[in-house]
Amino acid sequence: MSAVMTNHVSPTAQESPGLWALAWRRLRADRVGMVSLVVVILFVALMLASFLGLIAKDWNQERGVSYANPSFLAHLENLEAANATAKDSAPKAEPVDLSDIDPLAPRYKEWEERAAKIAVTETKRSETLPFGGDKWGRDVLQKAIKGSEVSIFVGLTAAFFATLIGTVLGAMAGYWGGRVNDFLEWFYNIFTSIPYILLILAFAAVFKRGLDTIIVILALTGWTGIYRLVRAEYIKHCGREYVKAAQAIGASHLSRMFVHILPNASHVVLVQLSLHVVGFIKAEVILSFLGLGVPVDMVSWGTMLAEAQNELVIGKWWQLFAAGASMAVLVTAFSMLTDSLRDALDPKIK
Amino acid sequence: MTQSGNLLEVRDLRVNFRVGKNEIFEAVKGISFDVPANRTVALVGESGSGKSVSAMSILGLLPDNAIVPESARILYGGEDLAKASAQRLQSLRGKEMSVIFQEPMTSLNPVFPVGEQIREVLRLHMGLSGKAAKARAVELLAEVGIPDPALRVNSFPHEMSGGQQQRVMIAMAIACEPKLLIADEPTTALDVTIQRQILELIAKLQKRHQMAVLFITHDLGVVGEIADHVVVMQNGVVQEQGPVKAIFESPQHVYTKALLECRPRLDRRPTRLPVIDDFLTGKAEMNLAERKRGGQPGDAVILEAKGLTKTFFLKEGLFGKRAVPAVKSVSFRLAKGRTLGLVGESGSGKSTVGLTLMRLHEATAGEVLFEGTNILALSDKEMMAYRRRIQIIFQNPYASLNPRFTVGNILMEPMKIHGIGVGAKERADMALALLNRVGLPPASFNKYPHEFSGGQRQRIAIARCLTMKPDVLICDESVSALDVSVQAQVLNLLQDLQDEFKLSYIFISHDLAVVKHISDEIMVMNQGEVVEIGGSDEIYRGAQQDYTRRLLAAIPRGWAGSRAAA
Repeated sequence: MSAVMTNHVSPTAQESPGLWALAWRRLRADRVGMVSLVVVILFVALMLASFLGLIAKDWNQERGVSYANPSFLAHLENLEAANATAKDSAPKAEPVDLSDIDPLAPRYKEWEERAAKIAVTETKRSETLPFGGDKWGRDVLQKAIKGSEVSIFVGLTAAFFATLIGTVLGAMAGYWGGRVNDFLEWFYNIFTSIPYILLILAFAAVFKRGLDTIIVILALTGWTGIYRLVRAEYIKHCGREYVKAAQAIGASHLSRMFVHILPNASHVVLVQLSLHVVGFIKAEVILSFLGLGVPVDMVSWGTMLAEAQNELVIGKWWQLFAAGASMAVLVTAFSMLTDSLRDALDPKIK
Repeated sequence: MTQSGNLLEVRDLRVNFRVGKNEIFEAVKGISFDVPANRTVALVGESGSGKSVSAMSILGLLPDNAIVPESARILYGGEDLAKASAQRLQSLRGKEMSVIFQEPMTSLNPVFPVGEQIREVLRLHMGLSGKAAKARAVELLAEVGIPDPALRVNSFPHEMSGGQQQRVMIAMAIACEPKLLIADEPTTALDVTIQRQILELIAKLQKRHQMAVLFITHDLGVVGEIADHVVVMQNGVVQEQGPVKAIFESPQHVYTKALLECRPRLDRRPTRLPVIDDFLTGKAEMNLAERKRGGQPGDAVILEAKGLTKTFFLKEGLFGKRAVPAVKSVSFRLAKGRTLGLVGESGSGKSTVGLTLMRLHEATAGEVLFEGTNILALSDKEMMAYRRRIQIIFQNPYASLNPRFTVGNILMEPMKIHGIGVGAKERADMALALLNRVGLPPASFNKYPHEFSGGQRQRIAIARCLTMKPDVLICDESVSALDVSVQAQVLNLLQDLQDEFKLSYIFISHDLAVVKHISDEIMVMNQGEVVEIGGSDEIYRGAQQDYTRRLLAAIPRGWAGSRAAA
């Protein structure tokens, strides 16, 4: 008979999967969620690359003819470009000779010499661009990439700040209850009694135009839904025994609010965060479309859509398509990722 | 009915659950048993034994991810229900066989009057309608003992007490004169006095209507009183079955023996409760010597409550408030190293006393003297020093641990707050020592609460309290949610800790046998008031108050206490 050796495992050697690890495992198993995650990561990578100037740096250059055709539709007739070139070269009639009555005539020659010194190199504008051009001949594809930078940045930052405001206020109202709750509820009610778009427009009218303004506007108007949900979650958790147990061991209010309860409400916060990213990307588009969005020297999907409405009438659909499709793909991927996140993060703890 | 006189014959029943993609969980592993006509069969087992799953598979009420293999047979009057169509089962349910669930509050639809819900059963299965159905509903309510049935038939579920709701559920179950009544832990959620009434009602109805009853429970005390035949299940296997007399008087299987012995009893108080492992290793006879209980006159008082009062205020209308007294002027003394048991039915205010002592609720009036200092009058800062010394273990081990913390974090947090130990290393060592003390392996340190069973979680909660080296431990129904075998282990642990650290306990429970086992003194509460305080043996031997006597009379006595004696 052999003696059985008991194998003592040192406690640190054996890491057990935490709840985050479990959530990640659940997300990995969700194929739709993973595809959406990859799409979202690609978009964010695109945004970073364009922010760092690696791509789409010269989106503002007019490289093609007005409304250049997409390269895969090169054969299309481009009346606008034709008209423009026609206009440029139209007055080919012989100029009337005024030299005998013009007092400046003696200087014609001097001027011509000087003009010859200034080299005006008329770049050859290309007839087609990869995904077509806009009115000024700018590359629509590059515009869409540059536009994604603004749209995604606005969406992410505004959603982050809105979630921060909503979470802190919601935690306070739910945790403290009583007067604090009454006051915040009153504040919330007043805020939500104003029609949403009107509120945004009011803020937009007061602040100056700019990227930071849009972020501030969206964050200040978008926290209300998150506030309610977080508040409800806190009310629910405050009565739980583990919070009472934390109080019994003497944990402070702040520790109970943010160390004990917040991780247990984090699934709500995260899902709300990603839902609001989607909502704010759309909101930025709407604001820019209405002319209250990004400044004229910048491009976003919203400004592209605003330009596109005139172009559509004359049959130039690519700008609308580029902006619309990239937004649709990102928003759909983000929404589906949100759904998967909600499933994965839902703590169905036994 | 088959020739053998059995109403229901279950043969080789297996139930598997699909969990995840390729994983199968075997809940029931090939069990066979019979339910004779006009008899009560008890299906006994702890949580996870597969007793409820077995019963639900008879009714065809299993969840979608359940698989019942072809080989299983559930013969009901010669018909195999395991292969019956969903439609056939639907027509059987409610008419031929009906079921009562554990929680009457969630089994009744809150938006319909109870009469309406009974009438629906009558309409579906008996074809009764209009006046006839209404008259029958009143008749049924009268039969299950609802006072004023003609009036109560229009009540909504929330207007009734838990016991009355369970009576309504029973009325619905017997509405169509079923041949088989399946009762799934019908009294577990009820107070002991209500439990007694419901048990008597079921027994009476079984005789009058000539039904067979399949009674599912974890409580052997109940089984001994009402069953004719007992099936003991463990981990999806039938360990033993036989007539109730045989099971109680000469149990064969070690698990049955353990189940019978590990429950605290009213007539004995062993030094340690035997646990299942003791039976498996054959050490069950150890430690059966009686433990002396009761206070000594010279005991030092560590905690004293004087006129403790707690009133809750409910909002009424826009500005109105209504006072709901939960605890009315409660006074008691807790001696050092002793246990004070607090018993009462739900709503008696016993838990509120515990929470108020710890200042988890602010008291409305009264004093709590901890070694002479009134801790209710201390500021939050001054209270911190005392917080450490009074600790509480809650009822639900599933809710009292933060699911996002590792066990290590759970144990080290109170040490950080109270500055016990220096540095993470020392604290971790202390935590590991405590884990060892409460009987958990060191590997638990990095695990999360959801990886542990109920009993293990309660050990973690106990270890968390011990990190602060408290003097007084309040156990608020701390073993009520645990299976009997686990309950015995936790009770033993609490007892060992008291012996080792001279802890004083306030032990709150609705279970009088458990309270008797662990307490030196007992305080009986009813509707916020103290009914009686006395030594635990004196209370059980000769209670002074009517209410206490009624409580004691309602405890299920099991086999020995009821029929064997008769």
